[in-house]
Amino acid sequence: MSRYSALEVLKGGLTGQKHWQRAWRDPEPKQEYDAIIIGGGGHGLATAYYLAKLHGMSRIAVCEKGYLGGGNVGRNTTIVRSNYMLEDNAHFYEHGMKLWEELSQDINFNVMFSQRGIINLAHSDAQMDAFARRGNAMRLNGIDAELLTRDQVKEHLPMLDYSGKARFPVYGGLQQPRGGTARHDAVAWGYARAADMLGVDILQNCEVTGFDIHDGKVQGIQTTRGAIKSGKVGIAVAGNTSRVCALAGLNRLPIESHKLQAMVSEPLKPFIDTVCTFGAGHFYVSQSDKGGLVFGGDLDGYNSYAQRGNLPMVAHVLQCGMALMPAIGRIRLLRHWAGVMDMSMDGSPIISTTPVKGLYLNGGWCYGGFKATPASGWCFAHTVAQDRPHRLNEAFTLDRFERGYLIDEKGVGPIPALH
Amino acid sequence: MIRINCPWCGERNMVEFTYGGDANNVYPGLSEETSEKQYFEYTYLRDNPCGPHLEYWHHVNGCRQWIKVKRDTLTHEVIATVPADKPVGEKE
Amino acid sequence: MATQSNRLPGGGEIDRGKPLTFRFDDKTYTGFQGDTLASALLANNVKLVGRSFKYHRPRGVFSAGPEEPNALVHLRSGDRQEPNTRATMIELYDGLIAESQNRGKSLRNDPQRINNLFKAFLPAGFYYKTFMGPFRNTRLWMFIEGFIRKSAGMGAASGLPDPDHYDQMSRHCEILVIGGGPAGLMAAKSAAANGARVILVDDRADPGGQLRYEQYEIDGKKGLDWINETVAGLEAMDNVFILRRTTAFGYYDHNFIGCVERVCDHLPEPEGNKPRQRVWNLQAGHVVLATGSHEQPMVFGNNDLPGIMLAGAVRTYVNQYGVVPGKRAVVFTSCDDAYRTAIALHDAGTTVVALVDTRKLDSSYAQQLLDRKIRIINDSAIVSAQGNADGVTSVEVHSLSGGGAQRLDCDLVAMSNGWAPALHLFSQSGGKTAWDADRNIFVPGDSKQAECSVGAANGNFSLKTCLEEGSAAGAMAASSTGFNTAVQAVPAVSEIHESAYEPLWECPDPAKGHPKKFVDHQDDVAVSDIQLAYREGYISVEHLKRYTTLGMGTDQGKTSNVPGLAIMAEARGCSIPEAGHTTFRPPYTPVSMGALGGAETGEHYMPIRRTAIDSWHEEQGCKWIDAGIWRRPRYYPQSGETIRDAFIRETGMTRGSVGMCDVTTLGKIDLQGPDTAEFLERIYINHWMKLPVGKARYGMMLREDGIAYDDGVTSRMSENHFVMTTTTANAVKVMANLEFYLQVIWPELRVQVTSVTEQWSAIAVAGPNSRKVIQKIVDIDVSNEAFPFMGASGCVAAGIPGCRLFRISFSGELAFEINVPCDYARYVCEKIYEAGREFDIVPYGTETLGNMRIEKGHVAGPELDGRTTADDLGLGMMMSKKKEFVGKRLAYRDSMTGENRKKFVGFVPADGKTPLKAGAQIVVNENAAPPVEMIGHVTSTGYCVEHDHPIGLGLIRGGLDAWKDRVVYMSYPLRNIIVPMKVVSPVFVDPEGERLHG
Repeated sequence: MSRYSALEVLKGGLTGQKHWQRAWRDPEPKQEYDAIIIGGGGHGLATAYYLAKLHGMSRIAVCEKGYLGGGNVGRNTTIVRSNYMLEDNAHFYEHGMKLWEELSQDINFNVMFSQRGIINLAHSDAQMDAFARRGNAMRLNGIDAELLTRDQVKEHLPMLDYSGKARFPVYGGLQQPRGGTARHDAVAWGYARAADMLGVDILQNCEVTGFDIHDGKVQGIQTTRGAIKSGKVGIAVAGNTSRVCALAGLNRLPIESHKLQAMVSEPLKPFIDTVCTFGAGHFYVSQSDKGGLVFGGDLDGYNSYAQRGNLPMVAHVLQCGMALMPAIGRIRLLRHWAGVMDMSMDGSPIISTTPVKGLYLNGGWCYGGFKATPASGWCFAHTVAQDRPHRLNEAFTLDRFERGYLIDEKGVGPIPALH
Repeated sequence: MIRINCPWCGERNMVEFTYGGDANNVYPGLSEETSEKQYFEYTYLRDNPCGPHLEYWHHVNGCRQWIKVKRDTLTHEVIATVPADKPVGEKE
Repeated sequence: MATQSNRLPGGGEIDRGKPLTFRFDDKTYTGFQGDTLASALLANNVKLVGRSFKYHRPRGVFSAGPEEPNALVHLRSGDRQEPNTRATMIELYDGLIAESQNRGKSLRNDPQRINNLFKAFLPAGFYYKTFMGPFRNTRLWMFIEGFIRKSAGMGAASGLPDPDHYDQMSRHCEILVIGGGPAGLMAAKSAAANGARVILVDDRADPGGQLRYEQYEIDGKKGLDWINETVAGLEAMDNVFILRRTTAFGYYDHNFIGCVERVCDHLPEPEGNKPRQRVWNLQAGHVVLATGSHEQPMVFGNNDLPGIMLAGAVRTYVNQYGVVPGKRAVVFTSCDDAYRTAIALHDAGTTVVALVDTRKLDSSYAQQLLDRKIRIINDSAIVSAQGNADGVTSVEVHSLSGGGAQRLDCDLVAMSNGWAPALHLFSQSGGKTAWDADRNIFVPGDSKQAECSVGAANGNFSLKTCLEEGSAAGAMAASSTGFNTAVQAVPAVSEIHESAYEPLWECPDPAKGHPKKFVDHQDDVAVSDIQLAYREGYISVEHLKRYTTLGMGTDQGKTSNVPGLAIMAEARGCSIPEAGHTTFRPPYTPVSMGALGGAETGEHYMPIRRTAIDSWHEEQGCKWIDAGIWRRPRYYPQSGETIRDAFIRETGMTRGSVGMCDVTTLGKIDLQGPDTAEFLERIYINHWMKLPVGKARYGMMLREDGIAYDDGVTSRMSENHFVMTTTTANAVKVMANLEFYLQVIWPELRVQVTSVTEQWSAIAVAGPNSRKVIQKIVDIDVSNEAFPFMGASGCVAAGIPGCRLFRISFSGELAFEINVPCDYARYVCEKIYEAGREFDIVPYGTETLGNMRIEKGHVAGPELDGRTTADDLGLGMMMSKKKEFVGKRLAYRDSMTGENRKKFVGFVPADGKTPLKAGAQIVVNENAAPPVEMIGHVTSTGYCVEHDHPIGLGLIRGGLDAWKDRVVYMSYPLRNIIVPMKVVSPVFVDPEGERLHG
């Protein structure tokens, strides 16, 4: 398989780009694997890649019920950041940020990680203090952070409403300059191709229908493409975690599935140069390389497995949008959709062993799964391979809720829809 | 826009309500006999089915009553609604 | 001024008596009332109107409707500039200004047209394979990305605030009919016959659909006349509401349809107070989808040249607008429909060079063409077009059975590869589409909501079936929503039975070369890109879409998705339904964000909540601060004072004499009933059963998980009547929680809760002279003996009966809080101010309120951050051991009670001078390099006026037990500040509480 490079594309230009082969194979499932990862999304594919690359495992399968990258990695708002306050989060996401910074070269696939920065806007002194607390914690944890004044925000984001009419005036903001956006589909495809090159079998249209568990230990899985044996099975199906875990007898998890809406405008010439989040409502925005403004909003607020949003939340998001940047009034919304989120009880993920030996769980990502993709795969691979968490994910256990060691960045408690 | 048939007010738009989550979750009761595990399960664990789901809604911009709603989480069809202290199927 | 050289001398629905002047780029043209911008440009023989996304190829008008991928312009200028506006949907008005987009200074000499020369090197997804660079960082990519971003995008936003306003309306009906063509009109007519409320939505200025450009006769009348009569009939009915210029853009749960009405877009600017656009939130018992269909294009080499258009669109321009878009036309088709274009062109005087039909069969219209001496070339296809930015000049035609190549000179190609039902709304409703193998189209499958599709949207294109299906569906919808059935007689129509459509998804290559065959015109996705995606394994339609960007342009693939997936199916060797199609996402056509946001934006976004004393504060010259959505006085500056000067003065005067503060925003909940004390016992951590009547008590409640939730004072006004206060921030949530406990968990408790935040205003009066002031206001004895600390009583205040007085204190001073029904609040406030004048009473705002609570070591929002326990906050002693209460058990988990938890303490700077900053972290080692261990953080800071030094509150691991009087460092690296500070008790004034009780 040819390595991706400008030279190869130029060569292809002379021959009608005919020399490219499949980015990943379409193999038949083998009878047995050393490890099976359920879920061919970003996290599952990244896990398979790191298992193969860093943990010397060669017989690995990824089972995907549909087409790879069809879940949340293909329907998010592409934001990458590590601007967390709580220590467990900070170290985990910062590890991820470092992986992101080298990801394109690592997997030889341009994931277009663009470090355009992210600015969280503050609209009161109390919010500035809260951001200062977070920003100071970030700095002390070795993560880049800047506390911007109103004038500094204006330099980065001249299109916001700085008039006296703004309902919630901009006081300043917290910036992480290394944050930014990446091309979400490319992350799934890049990991898939890189994992495939290391021998990972990516089994699309292979839905898991059951688990073979004996004496509290996993023996394999049942799928729509037949039974597959393995003593190690990792679940990475955020959005559907409760459904898949129920097949393994893990009922009632600290998770609710909610849908989060996202939307994109028609493509425009450069309009906004950084990622920006509104501090007085649920709204965030960035601009894709194609030119579309990508907006995220709030959850619709009720349990749902539907990958479509309802109109009241679209209206709510755009009320926020218009209040923050009145220049978007004549820009048109091109598409809106929703993704199904695993909303966990403290807003933080689970990368953990489970009560079933050999069964591992990666889920509970709330809104934050995309940016975590490399770190999640990296830590989950370690957990699956070593049968214990890495130091970076040892706080993200499934039993932390019972023990009370919660990682509640927002401080809203066990109400999943509020995280 | 989901329409919810409030047992007290009739059919209303979802925006009049707020969501209260899993209604199969039974409060363990404030009693010394109740174990910490029961409180843990009540506080942190949830039914989260893809399909019919029993859940609380609060008619907060209406009669301010909490109600129980059986709703499909995939299609959003509302199957039944009853007052919150009544089992589904039993009408007032 | 250019003349309308392509305008026919007569015909069409334009008003030749109303000429309109407009500008496109640097030239002025004329058109007529009734034109679209596209028809007016074509009338003036303007062929080149835009550039494509990637290769900047020249593009002309392609369609005559919302599916337009090419003719996108900047409409209007300045702060009203609208990018990416489809010329085919812009109604011409006098003085219209439009500009081409995605180009350099000039459209014709766009420098980026050079991209087209390198197109072999810019296949689909080239950016995934390149620009990574040898170094393990993002720098090379970001450098390249700068150029890509500038080159990408289509139109430009003005960047200026939108001067227009928008509106939203909601409406319910029994039957909603979407689409005002013949099927929709018939449906509306029969649905409305027996009184059901019917709403008809149509996206054009006037309903009619295809009847506006086809030349059918209905009931022996011209189609247009039949429409006008039918519409007039509907409009005369009270139960019918017609929305014109309105696009139904999204079909949501429970038959909820989002529509956008372009109220004033056909005018230079909105007239009067009208909104520019209005979103209609419609909810219907039954929906009839009469959304029509989209003509599909042919895919051949250079099929994107200006002058190559959809055949139906060409017919529309001729018949509806009186415009012939060319002088020499070739018609290219795989169905009968385009024959009517050939006839229309010929009858309008255009030379029809030939009609190229991919089929071998004789069309039902063949004789009509032969009568007109139009040559028909069967079993053949156009394999490539030649031309330049000014348009197509010739086409090369091959026989599909081999041999027989010929070149035909022309300046117009009208093509049709059949019509695809517009399934967008049906699919959004949850329905699955089905492939109709006989007719080679996707049609609606089973309904998931109460809806049905009729006419072309249902795959039935003949006028007769449209009318029949419409009539039947309308009657059925009426009957399903409880109205009598009334099938309307279907008028007689004369039409030819058309012969079968045989799609040709991709035309063969010409003998020489492989010119790009475009599938998605806007995004420059060619057949070669789809084949590349296939070779690389991006074969699922979703992968195809995402990898090649097929169908992701502003037209959302209305003319490219079906050909694209058919070509992929061909490559995979599978059937079209096996390949499937991508999800139809709303909106159907792009909708302005302004309309979606509606009116509740700008100043109206989350309307400001004001207390009943708001105007008085304003008169006192206060500075305001947002507290959630409330606005509260922050401080009352005297001339030249800074905020710091002001709060130090206000604090000093209050502690020295007396101050007053509006505390109305606190949540107030009225609890009544015989079990109220028991209820409070369960939700608060402390005891309530024995609280005497006439007494107040501070309470704290926990969340179920044991974390501190909310605090406030609750008073017993009578045996079974309590008044609770909550924090401003949690007022709404606490109320809903109490209702949950009472209605769901303990329905046996006889307690009624009512939020009375809106009914009562609250004014705190604090300071050593507060008693003297209050005594002048109220009718009860407020001496320490008669009304001691934590007293609560009804009273008459300033002559106003039904007020309440509490002796409670947030400041730590002798203090009272008076509650007044809101209608009298301002009056009582003035009276208090008057009564306090002799003591130099000072109004104070949130800044002083906050400073005094910090001096006194009370916890508030920054400490109650959702991660702290009552014990962390120094209130562990309040937690009753003798009873069960909400959150108790989980609050005693090991993790929640450990020694190492961060606990509430006070700080003073070691030098006694340096101000402390909230949001700082606390470290032990001032010089450590990251990652640095953080043992706590500073939550709130202020200035202790009595002791004349800065102070702070915060949380530190181990609390006072571990750190009392030790020095730690306040670390604020965001501003390079590090300050040594001493850990002290959080109570800075009157630690014994003598003043409170005095």
